[in-house]
Amino acid sequence: MPQVSMTVNGKAVSATVEGRTLLVQLLREQLGLTGTHVGCDTSQCGACVVHVDGKSVKSCTMLAVQANGAAVATIEGLATNGKLHPMQEAFRDNHGLQCGFCTPGMVMSALDLVKHNANPSETQVREWLEGNLCRCTGYHNIVKSIQAGAAAMRGAGR
Amino acid sequence: MYEFNYQRPKSLADAAKALKSAGDGGKLVAGGQTLIPTLKQRLAQPSDLIDLGGLKDLAGIKVEGGKVTIGALTTHAEVAHSAAVQKAIPALAALAEGIGDPQVRNRGTIGGSVANADPAADYPAGVVGLGATVHTNERTIAADQFFTGLFTTALKPGEIVTAVSFPVPQKAGYAKFPNPASRYCVVAVMAAKTADGVRVAVTGAGPSVFRVKEMEAALGKNWAPAAVDGIKVAPANLNQDIHASAEYRAHLVGVMARRAIEAAG
Ligand SMILES: Cc1cc2nc3c(=O)[nH]c(=O)nc-3n(C[C@H](O)[C@H](O)[C@H](O)COP(=O)(O)OP(=O)(O)OC[C@H]3O[C@@H](n4cnc5c(N)ncnc54)[C@H](O)[C@@H]3O)c2cc1C
Ligand code: FES
Ligand code: FES
Repeated sequence: MPQVSMTVNGKAVSATVEGRTLLVQLLREQLGLTGTHVGCDTSQCGACVVHVDGKSVKSCTMLAVQANGAAVATIEGLATNGKLHPMQEAFRDNHGLQCGFCTPGMVMSALDLVKHNANPSETQVREWLEGNLCRCTGYHNIVKSIQAGAAAMRGAGR
Repeated sequence: MYEFNYQRPKSLADAAKALKSAGDGGKLVAGGQTLIPTLKQRLAQPSDLIDLGGLKDLAGIKVEGGKVTIGALTTHAEVAHSAAVQKAIPALAALAEGIGDPQVRNRGTIGGSVANADPAADYPAGVVGLGATVHTNERTIAADQFFTGLFTTALKPGEIVTAVSFPVPQKAGYAKFPNPASRYCVVAVMAAKTADGVRVAVTGAGPSVFRVKEMEAALGKNWAPAAVDGIKVAPANLNQDIHASAEYRAHLVGVMARRAIEAAG
């Protein structure tokens, strides 16, 4: 069976997987990182979004073997010393979640947007969230959260 | 997903060899944004999955000699964000930017998109509308000969797309009516004024991308949005599904053609 090695949230990990093991299965089932969710399994909802080599991807639509050698970042890696990342803080402050199922994917997707565009407009945030579905909030507060998170990151020079 | 034997060749020659020796059970994977969902639904059962991801030479964009050449493994996001593509063929950058969502664009590749030949995919309109050439490990195939039908292309078993080269047009515009849920094309049109004449290619409407010769002739005489007014496409052979009737798609061809020409300026 294939062996994979990668860094996950900065830590080196190795695992034995099947060819067909999805990246999200490796993260959740083998590494115990259950912050990354599986909402649809049809590549549409974005609950499973993580970063691979700095880019947001759907971890349910990538094989674990395809991430061999990569740097993977998940929601668990954002907080430092028990302090939430400004984007997480912004979701809390702006009521950007209700059940919270979509939130890890929303936050990881938002952080990829901010990398390209430090000050996104409402329209740009809404367009960027094309691949992230939320069944609860109606998106309004998610958009507000992301703009507030981006502003906090600009302020903190991140 | 059924189990398969995963291979990650380091060279194009090795990939071709692996694909040939796997025979009917061999399948290439590039970005996986079409194939992995298909495997998850058990709609395909390859014995060997051959990952092109290690072939770094197949990714990248070159602009030279009046052509934009895009390596097969180049992602939709790379095409959309490429300053060189935005400058040479802005309509092609816009097409790539409109595919799916950011995460699909970060993984999905041009080679996978053209090889897959989904009737609702964006790239077929770009490839045919701009008169591109598809390069494989064995030969080159002109756009007009490449797409042969519903999910079918001129590729032979074991053939690997290596790049697509687009001649830089004088003008080109792309307009898409996306399905609001999936973002695939209900109908989309690439219209281009090229050194070899005007080309109008339609995706989403029929089983495979097609050109509208009557619009091309009218635009050849007068490159203006109004030139396509009144030119109708017959609904007889168009797609019909829960998203749109054939008549509606036929109507959208005219609307999207007009918008494509407006976008081209
Ligand atoms: C949610 C979602 C929304 C999407 N929306 C759109 C959209 O709006 N418009 C659109 O056009 N597409 C859309 N797509 C499809 C997306 O663009 C895919 O990336 C693309 O169709 C396939 O590219 P890939 O690199 O992912 O190929 P893969 O999934 O890896 O492969 C697809 C097929 O091509 C073959 N293949 C791959 N590379 C090669 C090669 N170099 N040579 C020969 N054969 C090859 C594979 O064997 C397989 O049969 C969407 C996908 C998803 C999941
Ligand atoms: S679980 Fe990956 S997109 Fe829904
Ligand atoms: S908060 Fe419940 S799905 Fe988004």
